[in-house]
Amino acid sequence: MNGPPAADAPRPSFPERWTRLLRAHGSALHPRKIDALGSRTADLVLSGRADQAAADLVNAHFTDPEMLVQAVELLRFTGFQDPDPVGAFAAGWATSLRERTLVQQESIRTAADTARHEVERALHASEARFQAVFEHAAIGIGVGSLDGEILAANRSLLEMFGARLDDLRGRRVTDLVHPEDTPEVWDSYEQLVAGERDNFQCDKPYYRQDGEVVWTHLTVSLIRDEDGRPRYQVAMMEDITDRYRLQERLHHQATHDPLTGLPNRAAFFERLEDLLATAPPGSRFGLCYVDLDRFKIVNDSLGHAAGDQLLIEVAGRLSGALVPQGHLVARLGGDEFVVLLERCRGEHDAVAAARTVLSALQEPIRIDGHQLAVGASVGVLERPVGTITPGAAVRAADLTLYRAKEAGGARWTLYDARTNAESVGRYTISVRMPLALERGEFFLEYQPLCALSDGSLAAVEALVRWRHPLLGVLGPDEFVPAAEETGIILPLGRWVLEQACAQAADWQRRFGPLAPQLNVNITARQARSKGLLADVGRILAETGLEPSLLQLELTESSALEPRDESLRVLQGVVDKGVTLCVDDFGTGWSNLAHLRDLPLTGLKLSSAFIGDPASQDAASGVSWRIVSGLVSLADSLGLTLTAEGVETPDTAERLRSLGCDWGQGWLFGRPAAPEALEALILARADKSVN
Amino acid sequence: MHGQRWSPSWIDFETPNAARVYDYYLGGSHNFEADRQMARRAVEIWPDLPKIMQANRAFLRRSVQYLAGEGFTRFLDIGSGIPTVGPVHEIAREVQPEARVVYVDRDPVAVAHSLAMLSDDPLSRVVHADLTDPEELLAQPDVAALLDGGAPVALLLVAVLHFVPDEAQPHRLVARLRDALPPGSALVLCHACREGRPDQVGPHQDIYARTRTPLTMRGCEEIAAFFDGFRLVDPGVVYLTQWRPDSPDAVGPAPERLAGLVGVGRLESEQAPP
Repeated sequence: MNGPPAADAPRPSFPERWTRLLRAHGSALHPRKIDALGSRTADLVLSGRADQAAADLVNAHFTDPEMLVQAVELLRFTGFQDPDPVGAFAAGWATSLRERTLVQQESIRTAADTARHEVERALHASEARFQAVFEHAAIGIGVGSLDGEILAANRSLLEMFGARLDDLRGRRVTDLVHPEDTPEVWDSYEQLVAGERDNFQCDKPYYRQDGEVVWTHLTVSLIRDEDGRPRYQVAMMEDITDRYRLQERLHHQATHDPLTGLPNRAAFFERLEDLLATAPPGSRFGLCYVDLDRFKIVNDSLGHAAGDQLLIEVAGRLSGALVPQGHLVARLGGDEFVVLLERCRGEHDAVAAARTVLSALQEPIRIDGHQLAVGASVGVLERPVGTITPGAAVRAADLTLYRAKEAGGARWTLYDARTNAESVGRYTISVRMPLALERGEFFLEYQPLCALSDGSLAAVEALVRWRHPLLGVLGPDEFVPAAEETGIILPLGRWVLEQACAQAADWQRRFGPLAPQLNVNITARQARSKGLLADVGRILAETGLEPSLLQLELTESSALEPRDESLRVLQGVVDKGVTLCVDDFGTGWSNLAHLRDLPLTGLKLSSAFIGDPASQDAASGVSWRIVSGLVSLADSLGLTLTAEGVETPDTAERLRSLGCDWGQGWLFGRPAAPEALEALILARADKSVN
Repeated sequence: MHGQRWSPSWIDFETPNAARVYDYYLGGSHNFEADRQMARRAVEIWPDLPKIMQANRAFLRRSVQYLAGEGFTRFLDIGSGIPTVGPVHEIAREVQPEARVVYVDRDPVAVAHSLAMLSDDPLSRVVHADLTDPEELLAQPDVAALLDGGAPVALLLVAVLHFVPDEAQPHRLVARLRDALPPGSALVLCHACREGRPDQVGPHQDIYARTRTPLTMRGCEEIAAFFDGFRLVDPGVVYLTQWRPDSPDAVGPAPERLAGLVGVGRLESEQAPP
C-alpha cells in the first residue's frame, strides 16, 4: 500500500504512531520523557536525519533488537519517498549500538582494572602488615616446608637461638633434636607433617648457636592450602628458660636432700612407685637398705658438724660407686641410705650392689684429722615386680637390715620371708608404737557375737587396729605380741579399755536394755599388772558403764601360772561385777586347772576346731567330736560357749544342734566401725518381742 | 582499628556478579562473558526478567521522584551496582537540583565504575562497604556526613536485600540502619517475592546459588516486616507496577507476575504533634 495517507481517514500522524511505538516498548523513563523523545526523534526522521534519531534512541537505552524491527516496519509502512529513512535508521542504530557497546565494555574493563589494582594495593599493604607482625612478634615464629626445611624465622626466634637467619635457613627441623626431647614430640611432628594432625604443643629444649640450651614452649601448626592440602608448618615458640630453670630448681629442692645432694625420701618413693607401676611383668628389682654402724658415736663425740661431713662423704662414695652402674642412691634420712636397682637379673645383682656399698665404705673416712671407720649394715631385697607394694618392699628391706644389725653390723643380709615375718611386729612396735599412740594412729573396730539359736546380737568384741603411716592398717595379730613383749601393751591396753568402755556406755545410754555386752581382750602382761584393777574401776566409774556389760577375754596361751599374781588381780576385777572368759580355748596346752582356778563365765573356742560340716575327712570328724565334748564341758561348768570363725550357715546350724551358745565370724559380721553395729543392736528389739 | 580492612576483598571475573548481570538484563554492555552466560540462562528459564528489571528501575525512579517532591535532598543508595540507566542523582535533581547522593556497593568493580562515572559530580559520593556489616558501613565518613546534620535521608534498599541470606539477619541489619537515620527519613524497598511467581523460586535461586551473591526470595510478610518502625506511604507494600503508577494503564495485567514487592515508609518527624 503506497501513497500518502488519505486526508479523510482519522489516521494518527507519523510522530504519534512513532511515540506510541516507543511507549509500548516499555522503559523506565517517565511517560512524559518518552513522549518528548518520541516527538524529537520523529522530527529527526521527517527532516531526513533518521540516523541521528536511531542514535538518540540507543542513548536512551532503547537497545532491544525487537524495537529495531518495529521501528523499521513503521518507517516502511509510513511510505516515505525520498530519502527513504529505513536504511539510514538501521545504519545509525547499528553504528550507535556498536559505539555504545565499545564504550561500555571499555568503561567496565577500566573499572575492573582499577578495582584489581586497588585490591592488589590492599593485598600488598596487608602483606606488609603481616610481615610486620611476623617480624616484630614477641614470640619466635618459624616457617618450614613439609619435608622439614626451615624457610623463614623472625627476629625473636633468631634472638632465642642466638643465630643469624643464614645459620638456620635451609637447615632441617629434624636437626634440632635435643637429648631431653620426649619421644612424643617427634611422634607428633611426624603426624603433623603427614597431615594427620593440625597442631601440637609441648615444652622443648633447643641448642642455641653458642651451645647453650634454650627451653621453649612450642606450638607447631600445619598450614593447608585452599583445597585442604598440607603446605607448610609454622612453629611458634616462647622462651621459658627462666621458668624452666626455676621449676627445675624447685623440683630439685623438693626431691633432693639439701645436705648430700642425693635424691630424698620423696624422690626415692616416687621412683620406686613409678618403677613398680610401669615395669613390664616378669622384670625384677632390688633394694639395698643401708644404715651406718657407728654414726651415732661420731655424732655424739665429734659433734653434728662432723656428722654432717661424714654423711656428705658417705653420700659421695655411694653415688660414686653405684650411680655409674645405673643404680639410684637416695638418702632416706639420718644415716639411712637406699640403693634402688631398677633392672635386676637376680639376687646376685642385688648382693653385688650390697658388696659394693660395703667396700665403698671400707676405707676409713678422714674428717677433722680423725680417721673414722664407720662401716655399714645392708638389708638386701630382690623381688619380681608385681609381687610387692613399694611400702612393703621398703619395710622388708628395713627389717632385713635390722637382722644385719642384730648380727653385729658390717655385713649384708638377704631378705628372707620367714625371719622377716617374725621380726616385723617386734621391730615396728619397738620403734614406732609410743609415738603412734601419741599420734592417735590406733582405732577400734567391733565384731558381733550372736546367739546361735536365733542369730540375735549377744555381744561385741572390741578389736584394736593400727593405721600405720607406711604399712597401712595392721591387725592385732601383727603387733600385739610384740607390744606384749616390750611392755607397750600396758598403755595401749589401757587406751583400748577406755575407748571401748566409752563406746559401750554410749550404747547403754542410747539403747538401754538392748545394749550388747562388750568383750575386751587382756594379755597376760596386763593381767599380771597391778594397775589393771585400778584402771577397770576408774574407767567404769568415768564412763558409767554397767560392770556386768564388760567381759574381759584372756588368751589361754597367756600362760598363767598357778598362784600367779594375775589370779588375784582377775578375782578383784570379777568382784567389781565384770565377767571373764578364755579366748582361743584349745590352742595352747590347755591347763584345765584354769577352769577350776579362774572365776570364768565363758569360753571362746578357737576357729581351728570349726571345720566344714560337709567334709568327710577323719580330722574333721575328730574336730567335731572335740567341739561336742567341749559343749558338754561348758554346759556342766555353767559357761557360755562361743565358737569363733563361723563363716557359713551350715557351720552355724551344726554348732547350734550340738548345743553351742554363741557364734562369731564372717557369717555374723566382720569387724566394723561402731556405727555399723547399731542396726544389729536395734534388731534385738524385734527378737526380744518374738 | 575499626573499619580497617584486614584482608582485601577478592576480585574474580570468572564468577557472575549480580550488578553486571542486572546491567545485562537492562540491555547494557557493562558486563563480562561469565555474567552474560548466566543472564542468558536465567532469561531462558524466566523470560520476564528484563521486563522485571525495567519495572524495578521505573519504581526506583517513581519513588525517588516522589521523595524529592516531598523535599528530600539526601539519598543513601545501598547496593547501587552500576547505575547507568536513570541514576538516582539525575532523577532527584530534576526536582531538587542540590540533591546529594551516596552510592554504596560491596563489589569493587561496581565501586570503581561508579567512581569513574561520578568523578566530576561534587554532590555524589561512592562508598565501598557491605550492607551485612552495618557498623562499618555507617562509620564510612561519606555515609556519616550524609546522616549527620538532622536532615531526613532517603535510604534506598532497592533489589539488594534479597542478596542478604537469612544467616546474616537482614531484619536486624535494616533495623540497625533505621536507628541511624534522622527523624523524618524514609526507606525505599524492593525485594523479590516468593508468592508472585512460586514456580520460579526454585530454578531462579538455583542459578544465583552458584554466584557470590546467592538469592533469597522472601514471603510478603517477611518483606513487609522490613518496614517495622516506619509508617508506610500509600499504597503500602504492593507489586512493582502498582506503586504510584505514572498512569492507571501503566500497571499492566497481572502485576504479581513481576514478583517484586515494593514500598516506601517514613519515620516520624521530631516535631511533637500540636
